[in-house]
Amino acid sequence: MQRFINNPDDVADDSVRGFVKAHKDLVRLSDKNRRVVVSTAAPVKGKVGVITGGGSGHEPAFVGYTGRNMLDAVAIGELFSSPTAKSFHEAIKEADGGAGVICLYGNYAGDNMNVKMAAKLAAKDGIEVATVVANDDVCSAGPEERDRRRGVAGEIFLWKIGGAKAASGASLEEVRVTSQKTIDNCRSIGVGLGPCTLPAVGHPNFTIEPGTMEVGIGHHGEPGIRVEPLKTAAEVARDMCQIVLDDHNLAEGTEVAVLVSGLGATPLNELYILNDTVEAEITARGLTIYRTFIGNYFTSLEMVGASLTVLALDEELKSLLDADASCPAML
Amino acid sequence: MQSFSNSASGAIVLSMADRIVENRAYLSEIDGKIGDGDHGVNMAKGFGMAADRLKDGNAGLGEAMNTLGDVLMSEIGGSMGPLYGMMFTEFSEVIEGKEQIDPATFSAMLHKGLAGIQEVGSAKVGDKTLLDTFVPALEAFDAATADGKSFGEALDAFSAAAEKGRDSTVDMVAKIGRASRLGERSRGVLDAGATSCAIILTTLAEGAKERLAEPA
Repeated sequence: MQRFINNPDDVADDSVRGFVKAHKDLVRLSDKNRRVVVSTAAPVKGKVGVITGGGSGHEPAFVGYTGRNMLDAVAIGELFSSPTAKSFHEAIKEADGGAGVICLYGNYAGDNMNVKMAAKLAAKDGIEVATVVANDDVCSAGPEERDRRRGVAGEIFLWKIGGAKAASGASLEEVRVTSQKTIDNCRSIGVGLGPCTLPAVGHPNFTIEPGTMEVGIGHHGEPGIRVEPLKTAAEVARDMCQIVLDDHNLAEGTEVAVLVSGLGATPLNELYILNDTVEAEITARGLTIYRTFIGNYFTSLEMVGASLTVLALDEELKSLLDADASCPAML
Repeated sequence: MQSFSNSASGAIVLSMADRIVENRAYLSEIDGKIGDGDHGVNMAKGFGMAADRLKDGNAGLGEAMNTLGDVLMSEIGGSMGPLYGMMFTEFSEVIEGKEQIDPATFSAMLHKGLAGIQEVGSAKVGDKTLLDTFVPALEAFDAATADGKSFGEALDAFSAAAEKGRDSTVDMVAKIGRASRLGERSRGVLDAGATSCAIILTTLAEGAKERLAEPA
């Protein structure tokens, strides 16, 4: 595959620099750490700081959700690799407005370790840090092992709602409770049709044979629950809805937000084809779709595929989802 | 009792970096079978950066380990940055200020490093991680010294156990980290972390052995 890169080892830094140049009105690079992007509005005195962090290669996640009433700071790692504890620590410091900082991040071994170490370092600075770990990926572990599930595109809702809650003037504990409720109300699934390659590695580290698809694939090509022959968009969308909604088990009449994200190399055109059936399936189950988001919200380099996230809403989550905010990825 | 000099042993860290950089492609290849294939890339980047910082200086072993730990923790990230970063930082804490490293100090260094790894990670022996190399090596070293073996013999036992521990990961099913998502599909290949850990520990043992001397 032909790529727009300079040196494969510089991909993360080169991309962040270009990102910051494009969105100067909303974000800046930390003066102290080239792997930390900060909202131009941060820190807000007296507001709970909201941060996340994750590997590069998922753009617009994670950096694209930095902004006003969204994430105050984001730590950036190498491609598909957790940011350092030092970067998470710097993001915490940049976001600190004196009311504590919450880190809303995905359930991966490296992120867990680095966030834990960063929280310890921040405690020494006198900054209280709370965490909420996203675990919305249904196929990454069974329902009895929800704490082992990975975090995927449900994090978009987590950041939007957590950011809005913090902007409302809520305390650290209140932001934590609402953020936790958000991710508890989220379920996601990914379907992969083609693999992706880390430029420094040079070849895909997982395969998806032509004519097949991986149902339940993770954001780094982690295997799903089954490999099967590629079906029509309508059949795939029905399977995705079934897996997500069976796990979700929502009462009839529940209002939901739906997010269909491309994984990098799938055209928007096809995401709308999927949504045509997704909308029908969700509605047929007696659920009401409050809002729908379609686009490349959380990608995996050039993976071909899509993810579906369903968030169950209540009045609080609805108003926070609709709250005013601006960031490069959701203008 | 034999020992080796702290101040004259900083080059052991440079040897580790050489061995890790030489094995960049190999480590990535085994990682690619059950992980995301960047272990060698990230390790070589971190160890290479540390070597660049150290190569013109006169750092002793403790100081060099501290630099390496700092680079891994502050520049590499992922899982290996904090795990190896903690290990080397804790290693250096034990030996820093000591002129000579004798078997008791060497053992204390290993135990402190293990405690550091366990503080950030949650793996146990048998989970198919670097601990499957580290823990048997440490135990073999302690057993050899308790048996009255010389420092050199204990270092040989340490290296042999590290390699045997590394090889034991082939038959294990990963219980933690990215490979654990594969379940049974993770059996049959070496763990990349256990492999890089064996490189680090055997290089450490070789370097120490070459420098062993009777007290003046």
